[in-house]
Amino acid sequence: MKILVVEDEKELRESIATLLKEENYLVEAAGDFNSAQDKLDIHVYDCVLLDINLPGGNGLDLLRELKQVNKETGIIILSARGSLDDKVTGLELGADDYLPKPFHMAELNARIKSLIRRKTLGGHHSIEISNLVIDVDQRTVAIDGQQITLNKKEFEILMYLATNKNRLVNKSAIAAHVWGDYIDEANSFDFIYSQIKNLRKKLKDANAGVEIQAVYGVGYKLIEG
Amino acid sequence: MRVLNYTTSYMAVILLLIIPMWAGLFYYAMLDEIYDSIDDGLDNRKGLIIRKAALDSTILNKTDYNETDYTVKLISESAAKSFHDLYLDTMMYMENEQDYEPVRMLRTVFLHEEKYYELDVATSMVEEDDLLKELLFALIWLYAGLIATILLVNNFVLRRIWKPFYTLIKYLKNFRLETPSIPVHETKIDEFRQLNEAVLKMLKRNIEVYSSQKEFIENASHELQTPLAISINKLESLASSGSLSEEQSALLSSALENLERLTRLNRSLLLLSKIENRQFINTEKININQIIKRNISDFEDQLNYKQQTIRLTEMDTIYMNLNTDLADILITNLIKNAIIHSPNGGDIHVEIAANHLTISNSPMEGSLSEERIFDRFYKDHSSNLSTGLGLAIAHAITDMFGISIKYRFEERHIFTLQFPQK
Repeated sequence: MKILVVEDEKELRESIATLLKEENYLVEAAGDFNSAQDKLDIHVYDCVLLDINLPGGNGLDLLRELKQVNKETGIIILSARGSLDDKVTGLELGADDYLPKPFHMAELNARIKSLIRRKTLGGHHSIEISNLVIDVDQRTVAIDGQQITLNKKEFEILMYLATNKNRLVNKSAIAAHVWGDYIDEANSFDFIYSQIKNLRKKLKDANAGVEIQAVYGVGYKLIEG
Repeated sequence: MRVLNYTTSYMAVILLLIIPMWAGLFYYAMLDEIYDSIDDGLDNRKGLIIRKAALDSTILNKTDYNETDYTVKLISESAAKSFHDLYLDTMMYMENEQDYEPVRMLRTVFLHEEKYYELDVATSMVEEDDLLKELLFALIWLYAGLIATILLVNNFVLRRIWKPFYTLIKYLKNFRLETPSIPVHETKIDEFRQLNEAVLKMLKRNIEVYSSQKEFIENASHELQTPLAISINKLESLASSGSLSEEQSALLSSALENLERLTRLNRSLLLLSKIENRQFINTEKININQIIKRNISDFEDQLNYKQQTIRLTEMDTIYMNLNTDLADILITNLIKNAIIHSPNGGDIHVEIAANHLTISNSPMEGSLSEERIFDRFYKDHSSNLSTGLGLAIAHAITDMFGISIKYRFEERHIFTLQFPQK
């Protein structure tokens, strides 16, 4: 799986590249319009993460060219402008997703995986970790083949943590992903804890081979244990 | 008081002083003229009587007025020598009026056949009190006429002259920095033209400052986004490395929490300036009830966690042309605000009536400032985690779409939204 990161901010580009390498993708990075154009001319990527504001040009132009050459490439727009125009134009031009900056790496990871799942036609989409199987299409969870009942929020949390397996997921990233964009201004994320508590109990009761670990005050991590 | 009425009232007072003074002078001048004319008449009459006496000596001993207007009596030579013509104001009984009326009398002396006679010639006077009364009426009419004229002039002429001034006032009243429009008011009057120019210059300057400030906030927020995201990412990597002591984790967690807060604050500021910069243009017909219901279900977990209950009363359905995202943010912010500022176990009531939405919640503390509650960074002391921008954003959104939002405290915090009539 080959991914191109087009992002002019060096620190962010490197952070994204590190994340993607940890997830075992082949990663290439470009910091400006021309080098991105060169790379897109030569290689075929499964997924391109595209910043709109680039030195030397507009990311939307790259998007247009890319769509003419290779329709199969999945594209996620990363825009600091956060502008609705970018979002609308980008999606009209054929981008698959739009992630406004700033974003959590866990969220980017989840978006990429979801995009790749959508692009992989046919077959059954599921996530398997130890004896835990999450059926992405049916939205069901089974442990040792036995289905367990999760409510919508619990499923979303588990799915999100499983997508980011072994990765610390910040509380506010979970809140934004599961409860929506504007909920995170709420006073505290303590209400997430009660959902996690229920989820942990259900996993434990079913003897799941995974465990949701609390990382002191910061967030949660799903590990095989 | 309007400037027109102001000048009119001044004129009224000044005229009230000037007109009686003028009336007094006029009265005496008139009287003088009248006496002069009467006296001339008496003089003429005297000549006629003396000529008549020369022809008819019977009148030389006429001591009663009877049907005529004169008397004649014989006087000594010595008295006649020291005599000068005398004009007198006196009273005389008038048959027709059955009363004493003022008369003007000429007392003079003439010589006839070596004898001196005293002649009194009288003529009826204009009645002074009648004259005064007439004059007073005339003056009242004059005064009323003048005031009426001034009012008319003010209303038709001055109003026209002052029109550019009133246009400017009206324009300034409606002027808003968020939606500036530059006035073009032509006028031939120098002062008003100068005023217009000065106001225009000042407004242009204000608009410039305002928009550059807005741009600055937006740009600053943009520039802050990436470094914030990177810092958070790096600290998250550090936290997930797993080699931290509990104490270090606590420090890290606190640093992360504050960075998250800063990110939220920054995002809210950006949103606020985007709203104020009118960057959300697309609107569509929105069902407010639906948004409210969706929000209530979105906030279910938070409500459960704080053991709060929310009650929705739908008496009507509100439709309005709004930007989808902003409508959602508006409702979210108001409901979130109610949740944050209710105590654990509190309750929230949302009531939808015709063009009218009320969100109330049980309070933690007392009333908040009705004026300042929608200001940026206005906070009560209970929530140092909130950005202090939620209600400012709500206000900016309602402002943009002509919805009125008001806060009041009646045992509960009550927010009322009045949607414009269709």
